[in-house]
Amino acid sequence: MMVVVAYDVNTETPEGRKRLRAVAKISAKYGQRVQNSVFECEVSPSDYLMLVHDLVEVMDQERDSLRMYKLGAKHSSKIEQFGRRRHLPVDDVMLI
Amino acid sequence: MRQLLNTLFVTTEDVYLSLENDNVVVHQDDQILAKVPLRSIESILCFSYKGASPSLMGRCGELGVGLSFYSPRGRYYCSILGENNRNVLLRRAQYRYADDEVLSLTLAKSFILGKVFNSRWVLERAKRDHALRVNVKRLSEQSERLAHSLRDIRGCESMEALRGIEGIAAKDYFYAFDDLILKSKDDFFFEERTRRPPLDKMNALLSFIYSVVTNDCVAALQGVGLDPYVGFMHVDRPGRASLALDLVEEFRPVLADRFALTLVNTGVVQSKDFEQRENGGVFLTDSGRKAVLSSWQKRKMELITHPFLQERISWGLVPYVQALLLARLLRGDLDAYPPFFWK
Repeated sequence: MMVVVAYDVNTETPEGRKRLRAVAKISAKYGQRVQNSVFECEVSPSDYLMLVHDLVEVMDQERDSLRMYKLGAKHSSKIEQFGRRRHLPVDDVMLI
Repeated sequence: MRQLLNTLFVTTEDVYLSLENDNVVVHQDDQILAKVPLRSIESILCFSYKGASPSLMGRCGELGVGLSFYSPRGRYYCSILGENNRNVLLRRAQYRYADDEVLSLTLAKSFILGKVFNSRWVLERAKRDHALRVNVKRLSEQSERLAHSLRDIRGCESMEALRGIEGIAAKDYFYAFDDLILKSKDDFFFEERTRRPPLDKMNALLSFIYSVVTNDCVAALQGVGLDPYVGFMHVDRPGRASLALDLVEEFRPVLADRFALTLVNTGVVQSKDFEQRENGGVFLTDSGRKAVLSSWQKRKMELITHPFLQERISWGLVPYVQALLLARLLRGDLDAYPPFFWK
């Protein structure tokens, strides 16, 4: 299924900036960065649990916010794109 | 049912693949062309001569992502295999089955039955869909002869006899094949099947698609833990994926031939997508291969109802499902192998 990961990490402190990098790195393991703090992840149900677990582990519940939007398997009809693309869509032919 | 994820085709010939944070990274000189998480893809087909980093190969094996290397011209080199071939009992059962002549013949008959049945329906569909544009009389005659072959296959008692019937059926089928080409007849025509090398454009197209489907069969067999090199009809030979060649028979007409015809009849592949080499062989060009592969990927995503399982699956999963059914037969969970009969 397709999951959109959107996050907000408080970067006022050096620890915050470190958390931001960690969150981005974990998300990038499972999906592609489509905007600065938005990732689209095509994951299996078990991968999804691991992704959530890893993210919650590094985030700071007091300062940061994390939202997961589950778009299911038929996600292509639910996404519209305008402007510049910075990733390779997984629902289209992937040819480089 | 397992979900079929996307395949990453790397057809640019001077890129290098590496691993970074569980992503495959495509480098061209100092530039990064793409970064794709390994978890969201099924396999990587690499046609670049620069290859890939060992760490990427290792991670692909671990995550079960297929990684296959081809020459920029499309010749198959090798694939990376993970630890998925652990079921030694299944493989032992397969070898015992292959050593038993009677059992092997029953299986070989199923594969050929599937092939001839599907060939016949390719002709029948052409009759139905394009009644005004094709030579209906010839198609009916050939289809009738294939129906005869089907009966012969059921009654045949030796592998030689079966090979003979298969040869005749293939000839009967290809005799009517030219009628199925509806467009640009000057460039695309079919007289007989030629290979090594293919001598005309249609044969070049068929050869390329067959190699792609066969490779999918190898991957499917390996995925369910069978040994693609030990076949039931095709004789063992070093380096020949005999079981994949057995399995691919039933898909040739429906998956490969009809796909090739669609490419020609809809103009996706044109005369300019081929080149002739010094030895007289005709091959697809770079752009031709790209066109074929990208349509192939779309075709694989189309959904069908599997005739035996009665489940909605994508075309790309058909070889996988058949490999699974074959494994079930070898383990003794099924009484007979149900070939893929597609109307």
